[in-house]
Amino acid sequence: MPTIRVQTEDFDAGVEVARIRAGRADVGAVAAFVGVCRDLNDGERVSSMTLEHYPGMTERELGRIVDEALSRWRVADATVIHRVGRFAPSDQIVLVVVAGAHRGDAFAACEFVMDYLKTRAPFWKQEATAAGSRWVEARASDDAAAERWQAPGRDGA
Amino acid sequence: MTKVLYFAKLREDLGCESESLALPEGVDTVASLRAHLVARGDPWASALAAGRPVRAAVNQQVAKPETPIANGDEVAFFPPVTGG
Repeated sequence: MPTIRVQTEDFDAGVEVARIRAGRADVGAVAAFVGVCRDLNDGERVSSMTLEHYPGMTERELGRIVDEALSRWRVADATVIHRVGRFAPSDQIVLVVVAGAHRGDAFAACEFVMDYLKTRAPFWKQEATAAGSRWVEARASDDAAAERWQAPGRDGA
Repeated sequence: MTKVLYFAKLREDLGCESESLALPEGVDTVASLRAHLVARGDPWASALAAGRPVRAAVNQQVAKPETPIANGDEVAFFPPVTGG
């Protein structure tokens, strides 16, 4: 049963990896990704960042992305935790954990969830810099990263 | 009535996070609602102008310009997403 959480509180990746493995001897691989707030973006120092989202749609969209990952790859379970609110550089923002029998499917499903999350889940970042605050603009490279999963054969099927 | 939500920079540019409106005759898609809002003049006209990168959702699902809408739906407009 996938776990989807949107929260202001921090998370502990070790706790979540242990949780997804608990009582499952069929799990041979756990892939985890942690996204972190950086102090530099587009050449400017970032002193803090604020993340807003669309309550309700966010959870549903993350659920749809995870369901698609679980149907495309042979993986057993997934956890997505995305924080919202105010962040300082080095703060953790997002965690994706995927557990399965083998690493290939776990790695691929984890990367897929992150690529789709970046382009589909309704979150928006605003950065505070010395020049004032600015909304982060979407990157074409993120769209390209998500689109490559639509190419035939990307799920090993 | 249809609930319309605005997020992030769009919410700031419009000075509005949500409103309820009765869909006029002929406003039955995301694109026609957007055009209806643009017809109000600024700040709607500039924030939602054709060519601006505005995304939409209907009932919390990603929508396209041609996605149908009806009274009672929840429609959201927002900039391209930047989470993760």
